[in-house]
Amino acid sequence: MEAAVSTADSVLGSVLEPILARHRRDPVRLLQILREVQETMGHISPAALTAIARALQLPRARVEGVAGFYSFLYLEPVGQYRVLFSDNATDRLLGNLELMATMCQKLWVEPGKVSEDGLVSIDTTSCTGMCDQGPALLVNGWPITRLTHQRVNEICELIRARKPLAQWPREYFAVADHLRRKDLLLNSVLEPGAALRAAIARGAEGWLAEVQKSNLRGRGGAGFTTGVKWEACRNAPGTDRVIVCNADEGEPGTFKDRVLLTSYADHVFEGMTLAAYAVGARQGFLYLRGEYRYLLEPLEGVLARRRADGLLGANVCQAGFDFDIEIHLGAGAYVCGEESALIESLEGKRGTPRIRPPFPVVKGYLGRPTVVNNVETLAKTVLVALEGGENFSAYGTAQSTGTKLLSISGDCAFPGIYEYPFGVSIAQVLEDCGATDAQAVQVGGASGICVAAYEFQRRIAYEDVPTAGAFMVFDSSRDLFEVARNFVHFFAHESCGFCTPCRVGTSLLKNFMDKLADGHGAKYDLADIEWINRLLKNASHCGLGTSAANPVIDTLVKFRPAYERRLQSLEFEPAFDLDKSLACARRMTGRDDPQAHLSSEFSSEESPR
Amino acid sequence: MSAEKKFLLDGKPVTFNDGQTILEAARGAGHYIPHLCWHPDFPAHGSCKLCIVKVGGRHVSSCAMPAKEGMEVESNTPEMNGERRALLQMLFVEGNHFCPSCEKSGNCQLQALAYDLEMLSAHFNHFYPDRPVDASHPDVLLDFNRCIFCELCVRASREMDGKNIFALTNRGIKKHLVVNAESGRLGDTDFAASDRAANICPVGVILHKRQGFAKPIGQRTYDEKPISVVAMECVKATEGAEEVKS
Repeated sequence: MEAAVSTADSVLGSVLEPILARHRRDPVRLLQILREVQETMGHISPAALTAIARALQLPRARVEGVAGFYSFLYLEPVGQYRVLFSDNATDRLLGNLELMATMCQKLWVEPGKVSEDGLVSIDTTSCTGMCDQGPALLVNGWPITRLTHQRVNEICELIRARKPLAQWPREYFAVADHLRRKDLLLNSVLEPGAALRAAIARGAEGWLAEVQKSNLRGRGGAGFTTGVKWEACRNAPGTDRVIVCNADEGEPGTFKDRVLLTSYADHVFEGMTLAAYAVGARQGFLYLRGEYRYLLEPLEGVLARRRADGLLGANVCQAGFDFDIEIHLGAGAYVCGEESALIESLEGKRGTPRIRPPFPVVKGYLGRPTVVNNVETLAKTVLVALEGGENFSAYGTAQSTGTKLLSISGDCAFPGIYEYPFGVSIAQVLEDCGATDAQAVQVGGASGICVAAYEFQRRIAYEDVPTAGAFMVFDSSRDLFEVARNFVHFFAHESCGFCTPCRVGTSLLKNFMDKLADGHGAKYDLADIEWINRLLKNASHCGLGTSAANPVIDTLVKFRPAYERRLQSLEFEPAFDLDKSLACARRMTGRDDPQAHLSSEFSSEESPR
Repeated sequence: MSAEKKFLLDGKPVTFNDGQTILEAARGAGHYIPHLCWHPDFPAHGSCKLCIVKVGGRHVSSCAMPAKEGMEVESNTPEMNGERRALLQMLFVEGNHFCPSCEKSGNCQLQALAYDLEMLSAHFNHFYPDRPVDASHPDVLLDFNRCIFCELCVRASREMDGKNIFALTNRGIKKHLVVNAESGRLGDTDFAASDRAANICPVGVILHKRQGFAKPIGQRTYDEKPISVVAMECVKATEGAEEVKS
């Protein structure tokens, strides 16, 4: 017995040691360590948690708390093949649930459980950012796109044959860019270092002034002016400044950052270096969402080349400043897209948003002044450096300068990436992407705005319809109640659980939407839904909670019949069917006569619908 | 010395010092703003949201928002108390709270606030979570059914006891407290009944064994006076903690 224990210990030790050493036993790197331990061992066992805690001199409970926070970290054994079907509204349109049911049936496993032989586990996951080529799934963290019944059958065969992923057909894992409309950014060709040298020629202050002249605003959705953010960080007390690129592209329906990181990585890294030059930062992080794990090695390759070319590291471009970039991987937590939660996660903690103020530009990563910018924002600073701020601001509208990348998916002929000058009308975009029968567009993702057909003349701009880039089209055959319900489930799953209104409110909202979907809704429930929406909006700690109610608020106003036709009565209805609940008792007693049923006055089973 | 700085709380002037939050300044001036996760001995936590107030039409957490000259703060209004009542209802339905049989009844801040804000029902459907108790420690019982995630035990153990006995894991509605042991049992930690963390729970999660119902329900702190009065008496008496020792 003791020998067995010590063997297990030494196996664990031999896995942990190189990982811990590579991360210098630094507790700040806890999340990266946990991820890597899992990549080797499949899951993180209680003994592994204890050993990691001991090595990092952290309380074990804290390590367990961090590991338990992230969806992609498993504290219990999972299948040798872990299949996660992306479950965004757009995957639903493409029939992801039917495909998942087929796979579960073929492999004899229930969703969310591990098969008895430990071979496979199948579940859903939040949007994986492959909406233009869905339905998609992740198998052991690697994306497979364009699922069909045939492909699912083939995957089942491969799993049954226990074929290693490396021997699966390469075309399964192909991820297309789908660049459909190119403008300023996507047409630009960057000779690595050219933008940097142009900025250096202006001097740090001159360069910052140029960014301010451009009036570039954050492309992550909030639209904060980039030049103002950079200046605040530059002027904040402290010496070690930090640049963070937010590549935690978790908003359902958004995938433009994935494409930029695939084909415009030099723009992104050069943008980070430009930011570092402006604010005087030495340290940079790219926070890459766990779903984009497959981009890690290619991106590391780009970083290595840029180091070799003198564009990163000591004395960048021989201009006398040092800057380097490190990639941190997330592990399945949408809330980490919120900048202060992202910083917590970078520090190896649970991704709980901080109290603000202080803002990250003053007190961010490890208390240092920190700029957090979106991938697209940073890529666009390259254009400002090359063309000048004034030229940049000539594009777009007065308050929304430049162009915007839209991630278009759903019911349209040509899903993919479209770059438009700000101010383009939704109708124009719909025409270009071949959406002929749209009844609504969800702009800005689950947290965004549901735009109905009568509003299609509205424009994409901070002045009108702001967006981080998601643009999901729903045609007239779609049920917008189900779309909203999908988003509500998403928010309940992704709530960090820190504050009362979001922790409880998102789950209550989910239960109410399910009650309506199950046919037990009453007018009373709509009043409760509106009340919870108000509490979420007013009392939540961060943007996740305040926007969690958006999909319901919008569809309740604009598509109220989709809700009302589900209502059973105008009075209160319980969330369960009393007569149906007695079905098991009837089966056990072998009775099904009228006396074994509750009168239809109290139940709806017999009543005609 | 410059002139005293003031803001308006429900129309009444409140003086404050730089760096004070709305809640701290209000409390110092004898005005009660409901709260559960806030504690005078710790920095603001901002999770329970019971202390929300309206400033210039915007909702903010008064425990975390620095007071500013000339602010107009709405707190004791039907609107704010209505929202607070709903937040209390959320806390009641997400856990398993059976006040009549709870040892903390009468000394529980959640229950006391519910009385004070006239919460008459739980309104929402209960979640009925499955949260087993932990009776492994010789002197202390953990009943997780009543946890409201204020993290006061987490913070007290980390910052005052230097022990890190507690932490939170999972997220969303599945978030829960864990204990610093591979077994997950409190009995396998160096937790002591004299720890600050053992005496700070505002609800009935951390209970001392062999002291049950020593004082009958009906004669306890909040049975005698509402929490809004008790909290203000604590400010006058000690300028300090207001947790109730049983």
